[in-house]
Amino acid sequence: MSFRVIKPGLLTTIQDLGRWGFQQHGVIVSGAMDSYSLRIANWLVGNQEDEAVLEITLIGPTLRIEEDCLLAITGGHLSPTIDGKPVPMWRPVYVQKGRILEFGQCQSGCRSYLAVAGGYIIPEVMNSKSTYLRGEIGGYKGRALQVNDVIACYKPSSLSTHWSKNTTIEPFTTTNWSVHYQDFISFQENPIIRVIKGSQYDHFTDSSKNELIEQSFFITNQSDRMGYRLSGPNMKLQKQRSLLSEAVSNGSIQVPPDGNPIILLADHQTTGGYPKIAQMISVDLPLIGQVKPGEAIHFSLITLEKAEHLYLQKEQQLKELKIAISLKGCVK
Amino acid sequence: MSLTKKDSFELSPLGDSAVVVTFGNEIKSDTHHKIKACMNLLINDPFIGFIECVPAYTNLTVFYDPLVVYSEYQKNNITEYDSPFQMVCSIVKKKLQKVKTDQELPQRTVSIPVCYGGENGPDLEYVALHHHLTIDEVIRIHSNGDYLVYMIGFAPGFPFMGGLSEQIATPRRSSPRTTIPAGSVGIAGSQTGVYPISTPGGWQLIGRTPTRLFLPTQNPPSLLQAGDLVKFYPISYQEYQEILLKEGVK
Repeated sequence: MSFRVIKPGLLTTIQDLGRWGFQQHGVIVSGAMDSYSLRIANWLVGNQEDEAVLEITLIGPTLRIEEDCLLAITGGHLSPTIDGKPVPMWRPVYVQKGRILEFGQCQSGCRSYLAVAGGYIIPEVMNSKSTYLRGEIGGYKGRALQVNDVIACYKPSSLSTHWSKNTTIEPFTTTNWSVHYQDFISFQENPIIRVIKGSQYDHFTDSSKNELIEQSFFITNQSDRMGYRLSGPNMKLQKQRSLLSEAVSNGSIQVPPDGNPIILLADHQTTGGYPKIAQMISVDLPLIGQVKPGEAIHFSLITLEKAEHLYLQKEQQLKELKIAISLKGCVK
Repeated sequence: MSLTKKDSFELSPLGDSAVVVTFGNEIKSDTHHKIKACMNLLINDPFIGFIECVPAYTNLTVFYDPLVVYSEYQKNNITEYDSPFQMVCSIVKKKLQKVKTDQELPQRTVSIPVCYGGENGPDLEYVALHHHLTIDEVIRIHSNGDYLVYMIGFAPGFPFMGGLSEQIATPRRSSPRTTIPAGSVGIAGSQTGVYPISTPGGWQLIGRTPTRLFLPTQNPPSLLQAGDLVKFYPISYQEYQEILLKEGVK
């Protein structure tokens, strides 16, 4: 099975759950901006949850489906169609060979995820298939998809064959059930992004600490997978001081001297020298991956214990979802 | 000497899935040794849930999976803590009791050619003016130094080096550049380093090396490692071009 790229879309890349284990050599983690949508897409086609998928950004690609296949589309709603007919999301979809998958207007969110049963045939670089765009390694030839690229897929798992139905009439068939995605990812406007105090939170003025949670910030156009540059109230230090470089993480909110915070995201560098006022909680990282430049967000400060509790709770919910999906696959 | 004194390190969270172990607050080689010793111990005997650790000048950041850590504690019926962060802190404290910091760590010396100034070093003049020095003096001071690699970070293979003379230490730019050419040699505060790939950055750029520092198909994928000693030597623009051709660097 393979996809042929007819139009590449704005930024379509292969991503999995990230390239872990090499940060001490400065190798970044990358991976999906919305990891929940990635994991769910994989479960819906009977893949391991960390299998590589296509991350599709705002303007989606046009792909020709070269063989019958089972796929699933999750994440933001970018109006996917197959031969012009709208494809339902958040469920397994069995597609006939020769059909064209296209995307249209962005109705919600920012990034959509396309998983195929069996997974894409992509060589691993340092144990991961994620694309590191600036380093030009990983993913499909170390870059975003281009016209005429052909992405091959492995044989699907036996779980997926339960959803695979042969049909000669419809371009695709799907299940009558779907994942209630609202339990895991939200696409509402002006979302609340929960944070805990950053390593240098106390270096900032009291008025900056207040403004951080009282006022909205906008995602500027100078935003990408590496980080979202914000505009809004200026974050000020109590006194100017030089910080030694140290490790940062996904969700670190650093403040350069110009006072405009930057949320570090999937392609962030491994270390940074700007003070960190706050850290996004893990559970809200997929949420920020679905916010577009030009949109507003609002921060809310919570404790580390609460953040950890939310994380464990969400993982429990995801585990239950995974089991529910696999049970659907066992029932004809 | 081992790290058993209560005040010889501090633990703090970096978000909800990492802990920072801080050993000091200045660039000092004995702090570096403590960090390397701690790192070796964690890597050679990883706790369940450990993912990786990243050394820096004064601290070591330990990344872990909170769910795996939590499940392991639950499995062993340890109800002392509720928080994965507290669990990891407890594990790290116990491990640090075993760290020996008086062992000799092996050291390599690596020489790196640099074409200083002009289009390769757009901030060299600013650094000179900032310190009331001539450009030649800045080049002489920078290339006379012996630099210890304290950490690799920021980008693949990017060395953070200590030992920069205070005479040319210069603050970062107030707003980072969105693109810096690969091979650029820079200064930020009292640090100096080399950009192995093109990335955004806020360092003051004084020159450029044609040598490849990021080697993605090799293991480790970085030419330099924490603990190496680096020496820079000036080369002409022509020599720079010749080495570029030989190394096949873009």
